[in-house]
Amino acid sequence: MAASNNSIKKTLGVALALCIVCSVIVSTAAVALRPTQQLNQELDRKSNILQVAGLYEPGVDVNEVFKEKITSRVINLETGEYSEDLDPETFNQFDASKDPATSRTLSGDDPAGLIRQEKFSTVYLVGDAENPNEIILPIRGQGLWGLMRGFLALKGDGNTILGLSYYDHAETPGLGGEVDNPRWKAQWDGKKIYDYSDSEMQPEIRLVKGGADSEYEADALSGATLTSRGVTNMLQFWLSEAGFAEYLARFHDNTQGEA
Amino acid sequence: MAASDTPKSVLLSPVFKNNPIALQVLGICSALAVTNSMSVSLVMGIAVIVVTAFSNLFVSLLRHHIPSSIRIIVQMTIIASLVIVVDQVLKAYAYEMSKQLSVFVGLIITNCIVMGRAEGYAMQNGPVMSFLDGVGNGLGYAVILLFVGFVRELLGSGSVFGLTILPAVQNGGWYVPNGLMLLPPSAFFVIGLLIWIIRSFNPDQVEKTEYRIVANSKTKIKETA
Repeated sequence: MAASNNSIKKTLGVALALCIVCSVIVSTAAVALRPTQQLNQELDRKSNILQVAGLYEPGVDVNEVFKEKITSRVINLETGEYSEDLDPETFNQFDASKDPATSRTLSGDDPAGLIRQEKFSTVYLVGDAENPNEIILPIRGQGLWGLMRGFLALKGDGNTILGLSYYDHAETPGLGGEVDNPRWKAQWDGKKIYDYSDSEMQPEIRLVKGGADSEYEADALSGATLTSRGVTNMLQFWLSEAGFAEYLARFHDNTQGEA
Repeated sequence: MAASDTPKSVLLSPVFKNNPIALQVLGICSALAVTNSMSVSLVMGIAVIVVTAFSNLFVSLLRHHIPSSIRIIVQMTIIASLVIVVDQVLKAYAYEMSKQLSVFVGLIITNCIVMGRAEGYAMQNGPVMSFLDGVGNGLGYAVILLFVGFVRELLGSGSVFGLTILPAVQNGGWYVPNGLMLLPPSAFFVIGLLIWIIRSFNPDQVEKTEYRIVANSKTKIKETA
């Protein structure tokens, strides 16, 4: 028996049969479970949006609260206008960033390390959609070990930060991973992005070492220079002309008009 | 060996007497990484029990047909497929947990215990006994993980299964958490202490010293000087 087992025919046969059986099992599991996994990811993303907006409490029905309090809109990053053609329910920003029709290549000027950037982005508004209390923007960029994806929550004036939270990153636990630390996250409340006195929509917000001493600065993470640099770069990028600057300008004009 | 095994002994002896971590010192890598909280340790333990049990079962069922030249690859393929299935299930039904376990579920593939039992036991024994052996060894792994997780979570965060036992200073309590306990190296100390405890109760587990350190003889030093 042992001899027949070791014949070339048998060896190849066993290998082939095993590969087919195993690949069928693995792909069945992957395909059958994908809808549940996507639901989980969607739920996770929504609960992150609620958390950064300060609407999350343990035990609440995430989908319910999200539906009730948050309006999703798709904006054109170039013009800063709301896009009427794209449905926020079906628009997938990550797919859009890969599709040549809805994205552009970032060559040279790519501080966040994205390579490609989509032309449209989803934004989440809390309260009245025309005059929101909070604006939540998706941001992403390279950290030390990989892409960091998160949300930035702003007040209705489009300039005051409420919070910054990452839901997907691979930074070193205890060092760069401290972007998840509630104490570090708490410092973002009240920081300002743009200094309107010099009339340019150039974001001023950055992380600094050795203690932040203005409203445009936040404390960097100790022992995580590259992660901190990544956070600064992605904020600078997404809040510049290439990102949400055009869109946020309308809120500034709004508040100016009222005053 | 196989003749004297009873289902009970196959199932229970790996838990304390012949523990894969404490005696054979296998599977240490993941034991360091995932034991900073009890709930993560528990899920990891269950995942390893499932993978070891079923990989043993399938390897044992196929053992008369596996060509010896590719037996390791066959075992790896079976183990890897099972691990992917477990990973997918966790992602679907325990999303938060799978985010915390991240790559370590995938790394069960390289866990020496799974491979070791497939090659060392399932290749020579029947499916039922192999299945029990897999459950037993998985249990042995899970028990150590839970013990280490208990010590690390209690001393590092002041809680057990996320429930506060020792109120920590930053939440207004009195206990100053030991930050070292949250870092992987602390698991080395805890596992070391655990091995010491187990071996003091089972002196036959202590290995014979391979050599003895002899004191320097004074006369010799004088001669060379």
